Amino acid sequence: MATTKQIIHGVFGDEVPMIEACKKLRASGIRIKEVYTPMPVHGIDALIGVPRTRLAICAFLYGITGTGLATLMMWYMMVSDWPNDIGGKPTWAYYFAIPAFIPITFEATVFCAAHGMALTYLLRCMLVPGAKAKNPDPRTTDDKFLILLDLKEEQAQKAEAILKENGAEEVNHKGSYVVEPKYILEDAH
Amino acid sequence: MHAESEIRIPLIIGDKSYRQITDDIIAPIEGKAARGWYTLTTISALCFLWGICSLAYTIGVGIGSWGSNNGVDWAWDITNFVWWIGIGHAGTLISAVLLLFRQKWRMAINRSAEAMTIFAVMCAAIFVLLHTGRPWLDYMLFPLPNQFGSLWPNFNSPLLWDVFAVSTYFTVSLVFWYIGLIPDFGMIRDRVIKPWQKKMYGFLSFGWGGSARHWSRFEEVSLVLAGLSTPLVFSVHSIVSFDFATSIVPGWHTTIFPPYFVAGAVFSGFAMVLTLMLVVRKIYKLEHYLTVKHIEYMNIVIIVTGSIVGVAYLTELFVAWYSGVEWEQYAFLNRATGPLAWSYWIMMGCNVVSPQLFWFKKIRTSIVATFILSIVVNIGMWFERFVIIVTTLCRTYVPSSWNTYTPSFIDVGIFVGTIGMFGTFFLLFSRYFPVIAQAELKTILKASGESQKKAAANNHH
Repeated sequence: MATTKQIIHGVFGDEVPMIEACKKLRASGIRIKEVYTPMPVHGIDALIGVPRTRLAICAFLYGITGTGLATLMMWYMMVSDWPNDIGGKPTWAYYFAIPAFIPITFEATVFCAAHGMALTYLLRCMLVPGAKAKNPDPRTTDDKFLILLDLKEEQAQKAEAILKENGAEEVNHKGSYVVEPKYILEDAH
Repeated sequence: MHAESEIRIPLIIGDKSYRQITDDIIAPIEGKAARGWYTLTTISALCFLWGICSLAYTIGVGIGSWGSNNGVDWAWDITNFVWWIGIGHAGTLISAVLLLFRQKWRMAINRSAEAMTIFAVMCAAIFVLLHTGRPWLDYMLFPLPNQFGSLWPNFNSPLLWDVFAVSTYFTVSLVFWYIGLIPDFGMIRDRVIKPWQKKMYGFLSFGWGGSARHWSRFEEVSLVLAGLSTPLVFSVHSIVSFDFATSIVPGWHTTIFPPYFVAGAVFSGFAMVLTLMLVVRKIYKLEHYLTVKHIEYMNIVIIVTGSIVGVAYLTELFVAWYSGVEWEQYAFLNRATGPLAWSYWIMMGCNVVSPQLFWFKKIRTSIVATFILSIVVNIGMWFERFVIIVTTLCRTYVPSSWNTYTPSFIDVGIFVGTIGMFGTFFLLFSRYFPVIAQAELKTILKASGESQKKAAANNHH
């Protein structure tokens, strides 16, 4: 049987009641699709089941790539391709001149880690020049906190009650859509 | 939301709400600019124009048009380069180091301090790119495959390390700044009404949504970038100091240079942030966010770094005497009593004596005194680089190469031009970009806002 799902916006004027509402919704087994806030609200990601980001691991990998590239470059240019002979002291092997290579190795590490991470962040969030605004309500960048729910009919009513009880300033229905049975998976929390 | 001690002075004054913060930060962008803004921008732009003419003249006829000569082959160019790079250090220090230390007062100042960093590094870059003599060949600084055979840059040279350090510093600071700007551009996009503004900020905001996922990644990126920028900021000025310290010129060949340069950089950078802050605060009426407490905190950093610089000067003098190396001894004797002694005493007065005035609470909480002293400090820091470079090069090992130095009209033009460029860019930034990181500021409103603190205190009793 096809199911109808509803999209609901619960709008709050402060983060404290919003957090409370999130807790209640989760406790009664309702899945929160997303939360939009004007500023970072600590702990909200764990509360609504957003897994911890792995960007820092990416940064580490980019960083060691930078270390490797810089080492390879300086080895090739100063040792392999053209051993630089300064005062009769050519760089026969990389380790002869390692102290001189440290600053650029460090800079290249930071360069790759920072830029690699920044690019990954932008792409992971789909933040690209000219992209459409991703917040469903323009007030969420100013002073409103929005809980976005995408629920089946029977859950929607329960959710609406919880939102109102916990001090939602507005509960807006943003339409509904029909999901064919073949697309329905068991609700995973 | 964790509560903060009542005795801590609030960082946001007045009865502010999230909406009020938005309104206050967007006011300069939505409203008309103050008259002061037009005056300052015109003056800056005229200086910039003079700089552009001087630059064009230098590129046309060569660096013979500068006052640099055979003995004093580094003069105003490198003085200005080191000065600007030093000023640039405060921005990253404020946003990265103070983020790692969780200092809440950074939030009102980090955005404009970072902007200042970026513009200052741009000014610095002009001098290094020009001082090579033939700036159209500057691409040879980078290790690019070339048509001259296997000719690579020399990776043993601190001058090449500098190329890598400054370019890494500039690009990383730029990215750090922009990533912080995205949420605020999102806020502006959702607020402005004029179609062209909507379009422009929509483009600049990259489609920011402010979802929990966005924020959690945003915070992770900010933290890791801060962790990366912290050693970076120390490395950059250390490497700048290697340009001198690895040479054999008496007065330059000292191991104290890296920490001494870094402290000096933070010192002058904070002074420049203060100069700009006090202007921004006045023009855009941001007294509730850039409070006297913020000014006091920054002045305390100035006392600390200024004292480190003072100790470094005295250590240099002591070691020159104690080392028993007569070249070293002469170099310092010449600085203090030679033909350019006036510049040495300006440096000593401005950098060692003037910051000590901030020990008095009256002075460090006075806006007028802070404004004057912040300019005095930057004059002093400019003279520090002048003393290190020019005074030293006037008297090197061989008396036959002794020389004196007078800047040319073109030298002055380029220097004033960079100040003009810096001013123009900063003023444009302050008019069209959010000068305060409002999203971050909203996170401390509950804990550090004046009325919120009062309400919390009343609830306790």
